[in-house]
Amino acid sequence: MAYSADRDGEGTAGFWFLKGMQGIFSLPASILLISFVGFTAFAQQSGVPVDQAVFMTGIVWALPAKLILVGSIQSGANLFAAFVAVTLSSIRLMPMVAALIPEIRAEKTRTFVLLIVSHLIAVTAWVMAMERVQHVPRPHRVTYVLGLGMTLVIANMIVVGTLYQYVAEFPPIVAGCLFFLTPVYFLASIWSSGRHPVIHIALVVGLLLGPLATLYAPDFDLLLSGIVGGTLAWGLDVLRRRRLGGRV
Amino acid sequence: MNWQPDAWGYVFIAIAGFLATDIWRWLGVVAGRRLREDSEVLNWVRAVATALVAGVVSKLIVFPTGVLESSPLWLRVGSIAVGALAFFLGRQVPAIGIVSAIAFLGAGLYLLGF
Repeated sequence: MAYSADRDGEGTAGFWFLKGMQGIFSLPASILLISFVGFTAFAQQSGVPVDQAVFMTGIVWALPAKLILVGSIQSGANLFAAFVAVTLSSIRLMPMVAALIPEIRAEKTRTFVLLIVSHLIAVTAWVMAMERVQHVPRPHRVTYVLGLGMTLVIANMIVVGTLYQYVAEFPPIVAGCLFFLTPVYFLASIWSSGRHPVIHIALVVGLLLGPLATLYAPDFDLLLSGIVGGTLAWGLDVLRRRRLGGRV
Repeated sequence: MNWQPDAWGYVFIAIAGFLATDIWRWLGVVAGRRLREDSEVLNWVRAVATALVAGVVSKLIVFPTGVLESSPLWLRVGSIAVGALAFFLGRQVPAIGIVSAIAFLGAGLYLLGF
């Protein structure tokens, strides 16, 4: 391999870990941090105590999953219903991780290390990693993503832990805008990072179906908007591809 | 609110949060190179996953909690519309859409006396 011959010229593992850590100083990371202030307010208003909000941030990490988890807690859902709703929202992590792994794994990378890396993957970290690893020598890519992901997770745990006690005292306009930042951020980031038309169709269908499902079937609303809405969106995408004459 | 801040809360979060989420991350590692990016099953999975997140997002917009609960629906939907317009005019840069939507919402809340 060409890169193993001049590995000394590519910097040490520590260098690339630090390079990954520097990803915290970027626009997507800044938006994510502010979104977590919004999540903090949501958790606080939903009655989730600060220690559990911090724990949740480290152990679940993905913001949509956490919103559904807190929403389930808020509406008094049982463990099984909460598990199903959260796990359905997290299916998207599988193709994301599966797409990233071939980009970052080197010949000697252990599966155990990749499992740790996979925990750090959520929308923002994934978008950043997919963009940035292309400029990192392959033997150091896993280290780079570890530096990037761990810094994002820890920084957001600190944000949740330190701001929890203040979010209740925010002026109403600030609290309202912070709450709204999360849905707005997700709409913008999912649309701009969605590389398949079916994602855009599903986003619109889910948006329209969500409130209707809540009105008419409040107990199953998330499952309904996910499975029915997603299948409808997939069907529309199949029709779209047929009309374009492509293979289905 | 019957949520309790005790050990059961941690177990609940660990099962319904951590396990429910990381199962898919682990499967993603296992699938790794083998998963076909162009398979029809993956297309359906993408659609369901995205529609589910969109459902959560629209719930937050239409049925918010806290301060926004007492704000008019037209202001919240209007903010999304303004943000979407700016987003698409601004070459789909997320920050442009986000700032526009939040600025519209903030201005509306101010004018309504929040």
